[in-house]
Formats: sequence, structure tokens, C-alpha cells
Amino acid sequence: MEFIDRIFSTQSLFWFLSFLTILSALMVVTSKSPVYSVLYLILTFFCLSGHYIILNAQFLAFVNIIVYAGAIMVLFLFVIMFLNMKEDEAETSPTLIRTLATGTAIVLGVTLVLAFSTVKVAAFNPMAFDSQVGMVKNLGSVLFREYLLPFELASVLFLIAMVGAVMLGRREAGDRHF
Amino acid sequence: MTSDLTPLPSFYFLMVAAALFSIGLGVIVTKRNAVAVLIGIELILNAVNLNLVTFSRHDPSLRGQLFALFVIVVAAAEAAIALAIVLKTYQYFRTADLDQVSDLKN
Repeated sequence: MEFIDRIFSTQSLFWFLSFLTILSALMVVTSKSPVYSVLYLILTFFCLSGHYIILNAQFLAFVNIIVYAGAIMVLFLFVIMFLNMKEDEAETSPTLIRTLATGTAIVLGVTLVLAFSTVKVAAFNPMAFDSQVGMVKNLGSVLFREYLLPFELASVLFLIAMVGAVMLGRREAGDRHF
Repeated sequence: MTSDLTPLPSFYFLMVAAALFSIGLGVIVTKRNAVAVLIGIELILNAVNLNLVTFSRHDPSLRGQLFALFVIVVAAAEAAIALAIVLKTYQYFRTADLDQVSDLKN
């Protein structure tokens, strides 16, 4: 019984999710076809939603799945299929640039790890834990009280984005029909 | 279930976010395809979101989670516009390779 408890504890769940997140993010880089990149990215987003649930942000976890994995990634897949890209060798940069890019990413990662390890983050107090803190009710009351102006500005932003996307994607006279 | 009562340190989550951020930067620099570069940007935005939610655990006013929510909102708008621009450039240049879209270079 104790063994089962240890397997399903938050710690082991966290390690499993982190491993899967980083593995699928690496697969995004290494996979040749952009379609596979997008599919691995969706897996990354699901794992990140698991992290959000561990961090007690349940609403954000589901918004992440609905908006990112549901809406944005479908958009990406549609555009990839419109572009009719072949998985050819011209997909990635020359070897020199690729090596330099990997080196840059590793240097940035080491820098971030070192910077984070010197920061003293106060340990989370388990007594302050409130399971309802990430629910819709709490988030909504803060959103509509303190962040009403950004909320309205976000709606204006979406209107602008919608008009812009429709204008850019519109077929003009003389354009061919795909 | 005694191990569940000790919460995970924030440091672990920051490590995952740092790894995701670096991988996103690697995607942006390595790939030449415009859509793949956008995928890298989405990875970086998610790493930032994970950082915000991690620190929101220490803040009862929920500012971190709301900021992450607004990041998701802006990312959705950005992805829509960026993909429309990619489609338009593909119609004009007949390629999605960012190295070949270089009319402003000279």
C-alpha cells in the first residue's frame, strides 16, 4: 500500500510530467516534419497543464488545453496543410548554424539554471494552501474587480486581430483559388 | 501519503521552465521554416507562463495566474495574425523559408 502511495504521489507525478514535457519539447526540435512538431507541441501543452494542476491553477490548466491545444494548434495544422510543405532536407539550417544554435540554447539554459539556483525562493507554507484558489470563482472576482480595464482592452485586441486576419487572408480579385 | 503534504519546491518548476525556454530559443534559431519559428515562440511563451504560475503560489492576490491568462490571450491573437502573414508571404514568395524572404535586404 505504501508502495502504491509512493508511485502515485505528487513528487513522482511531477518527475514524470517534467520528463515528458522536456522530452516532447526536444522532439519538437528534432522532428523533421512540421506536422510532427506541432503534434509534439500539443503533448508538451498537455504536460504543462498537468504542472498547472500541481501548482493549484486548475482553471488555467483547462484554459491552456482549450486555447492552446484546441484552437492555436489547429490553426497551425491548417496553415501547415495550406502551405503544402514537404519534409525535405532544406527544412533545417546548415550544420554550422545548427551547432551554434544548440550551443546558444545550452548556454542560455545553464545561465538560467545558475541564476535560478542563486535566487532564494521562500518555501511554500503548506498551511496557506487553499484548494479553491485557482478556481473560476476566485479568478473571476479578481479579473472583474482589479483587471477590468485589461480585460476590455483584450476584447479590443481580439477585434483588431480578427479584422487583421480577415483582411490578410482575404482573396483579392485575380488571386487563384488554392 | 505523508510525502504529499510537503509541497514541491518552486525551484523544480523553474528548472522545467528554463529548459523549455532554452529549447524554444533553439527552435527559433535552428529552423528556417516560418511556422516552426512560431512554434518556438509558443514554447517560450509557455515557459514564461509556467514561471508566472509558479510564483503565483506565493501570492494570494492571484496576480501571477491572471497575468498568465492574459499571456494566453495575447498569444492567441499573435498566432492568428502571424499565421495570416505567413500565408500571405507564401502566396507572394511561393516559399515559407525565412532566409529566402529577403526583398528588403538590399
